[in-house]
Amino acid sequence: MTAFKLWWAGLRAFGSSRLGRSLALGVLLAACESRKVESAPGAALQPAPAAEAGPIKIGLIAPFSGPFAGMGKQVESGARAYLDQHGSKVAGREIQLLVKDVTGVAPDVAKNLAQGLLVRDKVDFLAGFVLTPNALAVAPLASEAKTPMVVMNAATSVITTKSPYVVRVSFTLPQVSAPLATWAAKNGIKSVYTLVSDYAPGADAEAQFKKTFEAAGGKITDSVRVPVQNPDFAPYIQRIKDAKPEAVFIFVPAGAQGTAFLKAFQERGLAQQGIRVIATGDVTEDQELDAMGSAALGVVTTHHYSAAHESPENAAFKQAFAKVSGGQVRPNFMAVGGYDGMAAIAKVIEKLGGKLDGDAAMAAFKGLALDSPRGPIRVDPETRDVIQTVYVRKVEQRPDGFYNVEFDHFDEQKDPGK
Amino acid sequence: MSFLGVAFDGIAYGSLLFLISVGLSITLGLMNFVNLAHGAFAMFGGYCSVWLTQAWGLPFLATLPCVCLAGAGVGALAERLLYRRLYRASHLDQVLFSIGLTFMAVAAATYFWGPTQQRVELPELLRGQVRVLGLELGAYRAFLIALVLLISGGLTALIELTRFGAQLRAAVDNAAVSAGLGIPVQRVFCLAFALGSALAALGGALAVELLGLEPGFAFEYLVYFLLVVSVGGAGSVRGTALAAIALGLCDVAGKYYVPEIGSFIIYALMIVLLTAFPAGLLGRRA
Amino acid sequence: MRSWPRGARELSIWLLPVLGFVAFPDYLVLGSQIWIAGLFALSLDLCLGYAGIISLGHASFFGVGAYTAGLLAVHGWHEPLSALCAASLAAALVGLVTSFLVVDRQGLTRLMVTLGIGFSLYEAANRASSVTGGTDGLSSLELSPLLGVFRFELSGKTAYGYAAVVAVLSFLLVRRVASSPFGLVLLGLRENDARMPALGVPVRRRLIAAYTLAAALAGVAGALSAQTTGFVGLESLGFERSASVLIMLVLGGAGRLYGGFLGSAVFLCLRQLLSERSPAFWQFWLGALVVALAFASRGGLLGGLDALRLALRARGAARAGGPA
Repeated sequence: MTAFKLWWAGLRAFGSSRLGRSLALGVLLAACESRKVESAPGAALQPAPAAEAGPIKIGLIAPFSGPFAGMGKQVESGARAYLDQHGSKVAGREIQLLVKDVTGVAPDVAKNLAQGLLVRDKVDFLAGFVLTPNALAVAPLASEAKTPMVVMNAATSVITTKSPYVVRVSFTLPQVSAPLATWAAKNGIKSVYTLVSDYAPGADAEAQFKKTFEAAGGKITDSVRVPVQNPDFAPYIQRIKDAKPEAVFIFVPAGAQGTAFLKAFQERGLAQQGIRVIATGDVTEDQELDAMGSAALGVVTTHHYSAAHESPENAAFKQAFAKVSGGQVRPNFMAVGGYDGMAAIAKVIEKLGGKLDGDAAMAAFKGLALDSPRGPIRVDPETRDVIQTVYVRKVEQRPDGFYNVEFDHFDEQKDPGK
Repeated sequence: MSFLGVAFDGIAYGSLLFLISVGLSITLGLMNFVNLAHGAFAMFGGYCSVWLTQAWGLPFLATLPCVCLAGAGVGALAERLLYRRLYRASHLDQVLFSIGLTFMAVAAATYFWGPTQQRVELPELLRGQVRVLGLELGAYRAFLIALVLLISGGLTALIELTRFGAQLRAAVDNAAVSAGLGIPVQRVFCLAFALGSALAALGGALAVELLGLEPGFAFEYLVYFLLVVSVGGAGSVRGTALAAIALGLCDVAGKYYVPEIGSFIIYALMIVLLTAFPAGLLGRRA
Repeated sequence: MRSWPRGARELSIWLLPVLGFVAFPDYLVLGSQIWIAGLFALSLDLCLGYAGIISLGHASFFGVGAYTAGLLAVHGWHEPLSALCAASLAAALVGLVTSFLVVDRQGLTRLMVTLGIGFSLYEAANRASSVTGGTDGLSSLELSPLLGVFRFELSGKTAYGYAAVVAVLSFLLVRRVASSPFGLVLLGLRENDARMPALGVPVRRRLIAAYTLAAALAGVAGALSAQTTGFVGLESLGFERSASVLIMLVLGGAGRLYGGFLGSAVFLCLRQLLSERSPAFWQFWLGALVVALAFASRGGLLGGLDALRLALRARGAARAGGPA
C-alpha cells in the first residue's frame, strides 16, 4: 500500500512536468491503438474469412543494405518482374509485396521481421531468404504459424528439412557441384586441386565435389581452405602452381573474392601452364561477371541459370527485369529465384482459387511445375526442394559484355545432399 | 617456389597495407583523433579513380594524382566543417561521430554506384609478371613496393625535416604554447588532415585492383588499418611501414607454408607483437 | 533537481517492462531484443563506463554465452534457466582468461587486443564447424517451457517476459555492485589510474574482477538471445555486434547504467522505423543521426538531457533573480 502511494506521488511529480504529460499521453494513445489492433479476431494463425476479398500479402525478407545489398535487390526485382509481366491480380485478388531489409547475416533481425510480418501484417506467404542462417532462424516460425515459406535463394541443403512449410525454388550447392565433378571426369580431367572459402557452403561444395569426382575415378591432389574474406590470393595460387594439377575447383563468394582469385590466377600465368579453373556458377554470377572482366574468360562452371540462356521465357524475363530494376544490372540466378518464387506463389493461389490456407497451399506447392527462364523446373513432392536442369557453361566475351555460355547440361537433377 | 618469391609477395602485400593505413597513422597518432571513417576516405579515392577512368577515359596511372588532390580537398573540407569541432571531445564521441560518418558514406556509395563490384583497367605495363634474376615477379606488386619506398621516404622527410613537420609536431605536443609562439595551429592541423586523407584516397585507388571495391569497403578493411597502425605505433611513419611489411610477410608466408591456420596468423601475430611492444614497434609514447 | 521517492523509482524500474508489454503487444520480439541488447550494453558499461576499458571485442562473451546455451539445447538439455547460468559461467571463464591480456594494456593497444581476441574466437568457431555448425549455425533449438509453465510461442510473450525480467534483475545487480566500494574503486580507476594504487588499491585484481563480471553478464545476454531466437550463428561473435553495442552504449550515455537500455531502445527502434521507410538507404539516416548526436551532446542522450536540465535550471535561477 505504501509502495503504491509512493509510486503515485512519483507519477504525479513526473506528470506535472510538461515532458511527463506529453509522454504519458503518448503512451496512453499507443495503448489504445494497440488494443484496437488486438481486438481483430485471433492471432495470425487462421486466415480471417473477412480478409479473403482483400489483398494477398507476401512478406519478402532479404538484405537491402550492407554487404549483401545487391542480392536482395536482385531477388526483389525478380519478384517484381513477374508481377509486372503477369499483372498483380491473381484469382481476383491483388498481390501485395511487403519488403523488409534483414541487413545481412542477422538471424535475430530476420526472426523479428518474420514475426512482425506474421503477427502484425498477417501475411499469407513468407518469401525471399538469400542467406542460410536467416532462413534457418525463420523456419520454426513458419511451422508455428502454418504459413508457407518460399526460399528464393539460400542454398544450404538442410533448410527444407527444418520445417514442413518450407519450399525452395532456387538450388542447392550439392545439386550444382556434383554435375561439375561428373563433367570434369568425363572430359579428361584426372587431377583436381580444390580451393574453397572456409565456411559451411565452401565445405559443402568441397565435400560433394570430392565425393562425386573420386567416385568417377578422378584424383584430388590437395585441398585448401581460405579465409572467407581473404585479401590476397598470391600464396594460395603459388601453392597451386607448384602442385601442377590439371584443374582447380574453386568455391568462393561471388564478387570481391572471386575476382581477386581469378586476377591472381591470371597474373601468375597458370592458364598458360595448362591449369583450368572449374567452379560452381556462384563464382561467375551474371551481376558481377562484367566487373571480373577478362580474368574470368574460359572458366567452366555449372549452374542452373545464365542470363545467356536462350529461350523465349528468358528473353521476356530479361525485358521485364530491366523494366522494373531500371536496367542498371543484369539479372542473375537470384533474380530468377525471386521470379520463380513469385510464379510458384501465383500458381498456388490460382490452384486454390484465391482461398488461402497454409496446409492447402503446401499441398499445392508439392509437384508444382514451372516453365522458368532457366528451363523447366518442378518442386519435389517429397523434399519440397527444386528439381531442375544443371547447365555446364564457359565464360565468353560477347559484344555486350562477358557471359556464361551454356554448352552442356544434366537434366532432372535432384539435391544429392538428401 | 623459392623463399625469395614468397618474401616478394609478402612485401608487396605489406606495401598495400601500408598505403591504406599510413593516413590513419597520421590522424590517429599525430592529431590524436580516432578517425574510424578512414576507410570511407579510402573508398572515396577508389570510386574517384573508377569514375575518372570510366566517365572521362583517363588512364589508371593518370587518375592517381587527381585522386590525391580530390582526397586532400575532401579531407580539408571535412576537417573545416566537422572534425575541427571534435578535437577536444572524448575518444568515445570521436568514435561515435566517425562511425556515423562511415554509415553515411556506405549508404551514399550504394546510392551513386550500386552495391556491386567496380573495377579498373590497369595499363599493359603493370599487368602480368616480369622476370628479374630468375624470379617471376608480379608487375603491379613491384609497382606498389616502389611507391611505398617513395611515399614513406617522402613522408618521413616531411615530418622530421621540414618546417611544416616541426610545426605539426609542436602543435600536437602542446597546441596552446604553439599558438602562442605564432604557429598557425588550425591551418597546420587542417593541412595534416588533408595529407592523411590524400594518402587514404591514394591507397584506396591502388587497392581496387587487389581488394576490389564495393560500398562495404569502408568497414571491411577498417580492422586492417587499425591493426597496422597499432602494431606500428601510431604517429610513426617508419613504424607503420615496418609493421605493414612484417604483417604482410608473415601472413603470406603462413598461408603458403601452413594454409591450415591461414586466417589466424595475422591476429595471433598482432596479439604477440602488442604484448611484446605495448606502444607499437616504433611508438612515439611509451 | 526533484528527486523521486525511492519506492517510486524502484517500482518504475519494474513497471517499464510491463508498460512495454501492454503498450506494444505486437512488437514483443523487438521488445525482447531491446532488453537483450540493453543488457549487453549494460555489461559493456561496467567495462567501459566504470572500469574504463574500451572493448571492440565484447561480442566474444556474448557469443560464448550464446553458443553455450545453444549447444546445451542441441545436446538434449532443454531447461532454459540452468542453461542461462551455465552460459554465464562459461562467458565468465573466458572473460577471466582473456582479462590477463587486456588489463595490462593501455589505449589503442588495449582496444586492438580486445579486437584480436574477438576475431580469433570468431575464426575458431568458424573452424570448429562440427561443434558450432559453422556458418549454418545451430538452428531449431528446442527449449522446455520456462519454469515448466510458459511455452516459447510465436507472439513472443514468454520470450519478452523472460528477457525483461532477467535484464531488470541484472540491472539491479549491477547497480548494487556499482554503488559498493568495489564500484567506487572502479570509478576511481577510470578517473585517475595513477592515483588509485597510491591509495592501496590492488588495481589489477579489481580490473580483472570487473572484466570478468562484465563477461558473465554479456554471456547472459548471449544466452537470452540464443534461447529467444532459437538460433545461434557466427554473427553472435562478430565484429558488427561488438561495434553496434558500443554505438548503443555511447548513444545512450556511458557510465550511467541506464544509458545502455536507453541507447539500445533508441537504436533498435530507429533501425526498425528507418528501415521500413527506406529498406536500402536507412543507414544513411541512422549515420546522420549518430553524427548529429556526436555534435549536439557530449556523453550521449543522457549527457544531452543533463546539459538541457542544467541549462533550464540556470535559466530558472536567473529568472528568480538569485544566484544559481
